[in-house]
Amino acid sequence: MKIMVAVKRVVDYAVKIRIKPDKSGVETQNVKMSMNPFCEIALEEALKIKESGLAKEVVAVTMGPSNCVDTLRTGLAMGADRGIHVEAARDLVPLSVAKVLKKLVEVENPGLLILGKQAIDDDCNQTGQMIAALLGWPQGTFASKVVLDKEKQVATVDREVDGGLETLCLDLPAVITTDLRLNQPRYATLPNIMKAKSKPIKRYTPEELNVEIKSDLEVVQVTEPPKRKAGVILSSVDELIDKLKNEAHVI
Amino acid sequence: MASRLLLQNLSKRHLLRSTFASRSASTLVLAEHEGGSIKAQSLSAVVAANSLSQDNPVSLLLAGSGSSLHQAAEKAATCHPSISQVLVADSEKFAYPLAEPWAKLIQLVQLKGDYSHVIATSDSFGKNILPRAAALLDVSPVTDVVDINGPRQFISSSLQLEYYTPHAHFSYIPDTVIRYGYQETGQALHQKYFGVRSTSTSWLLVKGHRVLILNCVEVCRPIYAGNALCTVRYTGANPCMLTVRSTSFPVPPISVDSKSGGASISEVDLSTLDEDSVGKSRFMKLSSQDTGRPDLGSAKIVVTGGRALKSAENFKMIEKLAEKLGAAVGATRAAVDAGFVPNDLQVGQTGKIVAPELYMAFGVSGAIQHLAGMKDSKIIVAVNKDSDAPIFQVADYGLVGDLFEVIPELLEKLPEK
Repeated sequence: MKIMVAVKRVVDYAVKIRIKPDKSGVETQNVKMSMNPFCEIALEEALKIKESGLAKEVVAVTMGPSNCVDTLRTGLAMGADRGIHVEAARDLVPLSVAKVLKKLVEVENPGLLILGKQAIDDDCNQTGQMIAALLGWPQGTFASKVVLDKEKQVATVDREVDGGLETLCLDLPAVITTDLRLNQPRYATLPNIMKAKSKPIKRYTPEELNVEIKSDLEVVQVTEPPKRKAGVILSSVDELIDKLKNEAHVI
Repeated sequence: MASRLLLQNLSKRHLLRSTFASRSASTLVLAEHEGGSIKAQSLSAVVAANSLSQDNPVSLLLAGSGSSLHQAAEKAATCHPSISQVLVADSEKFAYPLAEPWAKLIQLVQLKGDYSHVIATSDSFGKNILPRAAALLDVSPVTDVVDINGPRQFISSSLQLEYYTPHAHFSYIPDTVIRYGYQETGQALHQKYFGVRSTSTSWLLVKGHRVLILNCVEVCRPIYAGNALCTVRYTGANPCMLTVRSTSFPVPPISVDSKSGGASISEVDLSTLDEDSVGKSRFMKLSSQDTGRPDLGSAKIVVTGGRALKSAENFKMIEKLAEKLGAAVGATRAAVDAGFVPNDLQVGQTGKIVAPELYMAFGVSGAIQHLAGMKDSKIIVAVNKDSDAPIFQVADYGLVGDLFEVIPELLEKLPEK
């Protein structure tokens, strides 16, 4: 079986973002970029499945401008066998990403597709569900545990839902999106980073894949969230109880 | 020849108009029910539907099986005045919230009802299902909407426009396309040219130009863990699909006399439900812990503990304090990862988003990802040993001290509820 993993290049999670003065978006020039944390978890899971002998190959896919290849190399250094880069000039909405992924699935024929549950830049949480719909595959979103049964061709997935943990059984091929607690992603070692440089990356354009990139969403503006007014530091529990009771009236 | 052409145009116009006339704002709300009544969060999706347009009939979609479904439907029919219809899908396939049958159901209901908007709440239920349904309908959904903006009007010069409805497919070339929101500006525009108020999508002649008016809605949603607010304009085909943050659309108490006589309840005809991907996933089990405390998402007070609690045993102090305050218990990712509490208590970008009246954070440093889940709380109290902890930047009341001393003192001095 082949596993395909989608990875996204995003502003590093620890960066305090700045909004562009013209309100057109968030400053991404000269800002540290990394692989989306949930994508790292997705890739780690694919690698674990491969290491347990249930999959033969792990293919990492990314979409975006040419610098997204860095992210792909990180994925290859973690252990993915090869990469696919779909070169797109601008940001793609999840629906477009799902359509491109669908074409790649038709080309590559993977038995499992693993994505992160959401990208920490647009916070959409949509792509996995959308690609599952387009392919007509079952979906296991927000996965915190994945167990594959090769003989029965099913995946048992524990999902983090609002009320606790839900367990689903999915027929393969399936789409899985990863939650934080699925695993602890590995670091790429220096020798692996060197090795990754010689691993193949295949390039496509959306036109080559015959996907029309259009968007039915337009960003009007990006603004700062309202600032909270400065609070006060209190000196004692008595003062705190007094403030909560008599000033804030919340207890 | 000329008159024939005119006639053709007229009949086309008539067709377009009559189609569009039935296409005024109408919203489908995907609701969740439990134990015979609809969940409180589902009502905030109805509130969000109201802020799209005042005259916006809401159809509530409930699915499941058995008597509790019908009980919930009957309660739902009278629970909010703007609910005009309750659609009930009764089948074993909907016994559990599996995305595959539910997304197909939304597609089926949408193709029949041709709604302008489909709304669900932005919880693990809505986030799992709505994007899947959106892909089936080939539209981009918008996640976690916190505000639905007022009217926006703009004129686009795009010339070719294909308009698709389940009943007919038009390829028509208007001279100008005007898109507008449902509210004042759109209505004012309509009134200016027609002399009548209308909120429906329609087309009209302005100074001899053929103009097509499309619905357009602007919504606001947080991005980058709530560190930026993004206003997005949806300009695609119907339906505009949104998941809304329930804390941003609070449900006002509805007085008894404002209740409508009750919405109609009708069964969804499931005979055409496409079986393609349904059945490829099966529900095995749900493990949840019922603590008897208020639900984290809707609690008025939330008491949260972080890594500094050091152990699951110590975390019981937080639970005790929560009990005393009648509060829900929350946790940071660090506390969950360390195994102090189950994951469904996590507050933050990837956990639950809360906005209670009072949020008390004990031993929480205040990482970006955690702040994303609680920044909109009315009053924030932080107790931390480290006076430089970022949590103090958002706290209304801060106390620099050891939580192992502060919590017992609070337990002792807080008034009984």
